[in-house]
Amino acid sequence: MAEIGLKALRHSYLPDPSAEEDWALRRIDLDWSDGGAYALLGPSGCGKTTLLNIISGLVTPTEGQVLFDGRDVTALAPDQRNIAQVFQFPVIYDTMTVYNNLAFPLRNRGVDEGRVDARVREIAEMLELSDMLDQRAANLSADGKQKISMGRGLVREDVNVIMFDEPLTVIDPHLKWKLRSKLKELHQRVKVTMIYVTHDQTEALTFADQVVVMQEGDVVQIGTPVDLFERPAHTFVGHFIGSPGMNVLPCEVRDGGAFVNGIHVPVAEGIGQTADAKTLEVGVRPEFVRFAESGIPARVVKVADTGRHRIVEAEAGGARVHLLAPVDAAIPEGEAHLAFDPERTRVYADGWLAEASGR
Amino acid sequence: MKTENQKAWFLVLPVIALVAFNALVPLMTVVNYSVQETFGNNIFLWSGVRWFEEILASERFHAALTRQLIFTATILAIEIPLGVAIALAMPRKGPWVPVCLVLMALPLLIPWNVVGSMWNIFALPDIGLLGKGINALGIDYNYTQQPVAAWFTVILMDVWHWTSLVVLLAYAGLISIPDAYYQAARIDGARPWAVFRHIQLPKMKKVLTIAVLLRFMDSFMIYTEPSVLTGGGPGNSTTFLSIDLVKIALGQFDLGPAAAMSLIYFLITLLVSWVFYTLMTKDEAE
Repeated sequence: MAEIGLKALRHSYLPDPSAEEDWALRRIDLDWSDGGAYALLGPSGCGKTTLLNIISGLVTPTEGQVLFDGRDVTALAPDQRNIAQVFQFPVIYDTMTVYNNLAFPLRNRGVDEGRVDARVREIAEMLELSDMLDQRAANLSADGKQKISMGRGLVREDVNVIMFDEPLTVIDPHLKWKLRSKLKELHQRVKVTMIYVTHDQTEALTFADQVVVMQEGDVVQIGTPVDLFERPAHTFVGHFIGSPGMNVLPCEVRDGGAFVNGIHVPVAEGIGQTADAKTLEVGVRPEFVRFAESGIPARVVKVADTGRHRIVEAEAGGARVHLLAPVDAAIPEGEAHLAFDPERTRVYADGWLAEASGR
Repeated sequence: MKTENQKAWFLVLPVIALVAFNALVPLMTVVNYSVQETFGNNIFLWSGVRWFEEILASERFHAALTRQLIFTATILAIEIPLGVAIALAMPRKGPWVPVCLVLMALPLLIPWNVVGSMWNIFALPDIGLLGKGINALGIDYNYTQQPVAAWFTVILMDVWHWTSLVVLLAYAGLISIPDAYYQAARIDGARPWAVFRHIQLPKMKKVLTIAVLLRFMDSFMIYTEPSVLTGGGPGNSTTFLSIDLVKIALGQFDLGPAAAMSLIYFLITLLVSWVFYTLMTKDEAE
């Protein structure tokens, strides 16, 4: 188990990176504490798998350092870092039994058979694989195979970190949440640092204590699931997390207030330095928009019923606004007015949250 | 009521006709010869299983069969491990992949009798590069006179000609292994031997089964190359089954014994192929 530090990490797959777009990872500084559960969340191609492979040692970063407990491991090979990784597609040794699969990482390290046996049985118990130990691993279903992959990660007691690279991609939906909660439970039992890479917000938010949201090789925000939902640091986070994502409307800032379509919109936390911003926007989640007597004029365009609530799409001065309404609420026909919850409405300058304290 | 008729059988007729023409009829001709004595002029006399008994008891057949088995076992023992080793050494990606593949495919594209003629000249002790080279090293080498030298040359030629096939098949098996397997193995601390034993070999098993079968059948029936290279000599030292068969059938014109030998030869090939296949696919059925 270890603390993980990433210092000024940059990586490019090109031999001679010059332009900003050449970098798969632009600049990453992170500190993760021992025994935490972390998620790397972002769309495909944002650099999260690259980052994971750098931590595991499969990829050597172009610049910067990877520290385990303060020790520089940047130049070490994966097997010297004492880490474990679970891949997107289950990796199993087809010709071996489930038991031998789980024992493989220990035997390669010369652990004595008595210890191997105890450990394999313990892990198999945790993963509910005990009654399959003598079966050929090749004959298991996809989720069984993925459990073996996880088991091989967990079987060594002294691993610094276990990494999961979108491990539920090939798992049937009804088994996904089962494995996910299993994983959460395992984390609470073994207390190893775990890093979980995914593009699925539900997986990230349910698994992790802290989520790192990435976009185009940059870390956009690091925070708890609640932070990401309530206080997105960037409009990208607002869009990416939540369903539907945060509403982002162009606005003007004058006299210390924000105006959307000429109507004053009260916002939380005051407005920071916005004078040289190229674009100014107001962000508010659909959960915090409601119909009101007065406010921003809008017209209801579409109503979608999800069962638990309705998603209403309205058009206000050329912009689309989503809002969530209870199933039994009356939806105004045609012309209406929208009001935003002032505590949950924020101003974004060039995409970034413009706080009163400045960024 | 459901009407039943057998008209659908007519639809199978073309296939039956085709199979009859290209397999059954020729085979039956051979069977026909194998149980009769003929003196030409379409005069046939029934001889029962006499030719079969004669062939099975003949020392000449035993000797040819033994040579054949030793030859096939030797080339399999060389070509399969060597082919796998070369496939492992080939790059998995990059600009050298097509270069390697073309180089590997080249020997397979050369007509068999040309291969024989090439090696015939290449290995000649007085003018051939190989023959002269070996003699220059101080080793007395003349494949036209020494049985050991003839065997060495025939095996070397077959290895040169056919190892590529094993390489290409093994390589196809290797590149189908996703990178994640190698990464997982590195993380699990697997040594190169363990990677080979537990990842690469299992993934190559299916194609290697095919490679062994193809190489077995082809080498067991080998005719053209040794026939051009050594003509079965010196003496009878490289007279394999098919060369012997041709000698009996066309050299001595003993059509009855030749037909009986063909059938025995065919049954041996079939039997050994079946045994190989059953053994190599045994665990998959489990």
